[in-house]
Amino acid sequence: MKIYILRRLIQSFFILIGVTFITFLLLYILPADPARQIAGRSATPEAVANIRAQLGLDQPLFVQYWHYLINLFQGDFGRSYLQKTDVAELIQSRLTPTLILMFSAIFIELLFGLAAGIYSATKRGKTGDKSIMVLSFIGVSSPQFIAAILVLYIFAVKLHWFPIGGYGTFAHLVLPALTLGILGSGWYSRVMRSSMIDILRQDYIRTARAKGARENRVIFVHAFRNAVLPIVAMIGIDIGIFMSGIVVVESVFGWPGIGQLAWQAIQRVDIPIIMGVTLVSAIAIVIGNLVADLLAPFVDPRIKNS
Amino acid sequence: MSTLKRLIKRKIALFSFIVILLIVSAAIFAPLIAPYDPSKQFTEGLTLQGAPLPPSSQFPIGTDLLGRDLLSRLIYGARTSLFIGLLANGFAVVLGTFIGIVAGFLRGRTGSIIMRFTDLMMAFPALLLAITLAAIFSPSLFIVALVIAMVNWVQIARVIYTQTISISEKEFIEAARSLGATNSRILRKHILPHLAPIVMVWATLGISTTVLLEATLSFLGIGVRPPTPSWGNIIFENQTYFSSAPWLVFIPGFAIILLALAFNFLGDALRDELDPTQRGRR
Repeated sequence: MKIYILRRLIQSFFILIGVTFITFLLLYILPADPARQIAGRSATPEAVANIRAQLGLDQPLFVQYWHYLINLFQGDFGRSYLQKTDVAELIQSRLTPTLILMFSAIFIELLFGLAAGIYSATKRGKTGDKSIMVLSFIGVSSPQFIAAILVLYIFAVKLHWFPIGGYGTFAHLVLPALTLGILGSGWYSRVMRSSMIDILRQDYIRTARAKGARENRVIFVHAFRNAVLPIVAMIGIDIGIFMSGIVVVESVFGWPGIGQLAWQAIQRVDIPIIMGVTLVSAIAIVIGNLVADLLAPFVDPRIKNS
Repeated sequence: MSTLKRLIKRKIALFSFIVILLIVSAAIFAPLIAPYDPSKQFTEGLTLQGAPLPPSSQFPIGTDLLGRDLLSRLIYGARTSLFIGLLANGFAVVLGTFIGIVAGFLRGRTGSIIMRFTDLMMAFPALLLAITLAAIFSPSLFIVALVIAMVNWVQIARVIYTQTISISEKEFIEAARSLGATNSRILRKHILPHLAPIVMVWATLGISTTVLLEATLSFLGIGVRPPTPSWGNIIFENQTYFSSAPWLVFIPGFAIILLALAFNFLGDALRDELDPTQRGRR
């Protein structure tokens, strides 16, 4: 077990190093010249060269990468080219809204996804099951921006139940969280359904029923605990999908998180911010997967022995 | 699985196939079907205040913010969306399958290095990576397709890798080898035919992912650039009118979901039919 944990930790570390390198490479070959952007259109070539030297952009690729990496370990993500602020600070100030949105969305996903999956599995082949499966397909096939605009149109423009966008109160949170949560629950319901169906076929379920356990107890106590195992692994993957989704959803709803920050930075070619957000997202994904893997043996003791 | 359910499943698959066929033919025959030139701006296509027109007899689903016929743009947009979706998915499937087979067949050090690289790619949020790439390279249709392929090959590679390994461990491969079959013969005659159904399933499901990514990139303004219509950028262009002229956003939105849904249903039905391990799990 200890060796396994250690190996996963080392692996995650190397993945993160790889992530920094790829991000760095991608942005290094960026055709837009940041020095020129900062200097402005009317700047002399000397002024541009000056800024380039200041930023260290005139140094070889590997030297630049090395500096970047060293700074990173000291918690320094560099400075925004345009906003003249520390990227770490910018990201930190945007992190809370994103985390609030993330946990709310995951909560909605689990709530709807697990409930729909369990319901479908117990009503297998009936109309209720079929409708839920069609709905989950629609959820999986809908791009976040369309769902976001639809939700916005119905609940904010037409019904005036919630504000049209922004941040601050619980009412502001509802629509973006619902958009991400409902779409995401499509995946959860499908996984939960097929896992539940597999479990309900097992001998121990028949034993429980034969012993006279009520159906609710069989499903929610006996079957649920085993059926929910694949969901634990999914939450790790889900963080990745989520990090992609926030860019769209945060820009539609004007939610001031790191997704919106990334979007604004991409439009202005503000490289250090893009690098920072990509890195933070990758860290979140790697940690999510690591936690899911490390949790697995505790949720399912069988893994510990194998 | 009961016969009835299979039938219903097939009905959905059949229906999806018809939807795909309709959209594909609309795209191919766009110049014949579309009522107007998609980039023609009509002087009578806007209200006196300059707002888009609602559906009328002249413009069946109204006009867009520049007074162009929305139906014509939608039909031509199907061309762009399908073209990019198919091209990107084609790239992704070829690259993913190739890498998956190479890693699965060679295994050992090469295989594990390749697979560690896919681990690395999986750590990137796909959309964020695609956005960054699209923002870096000034997008032509071809580049947009390439960008989408770059973030989508990984999953196929991993599936093909696992499958290749599991097939190469089967006894009939060992039998072929002991009969003196060369590696390339084993690959061509024994492994590829077994991979074909899995590749087909993933190729179908993948189109829905690439269509959605194209739409999202275009919606963010970094995919297909106007005036070339694509379903995503029709929404991007008209989003400011979404409360006064919701059809401008929701009709193309519906088209995107319909296309993605059709490929998802078809891929899922194919998986049920072609992949025996999935049978009975539904």
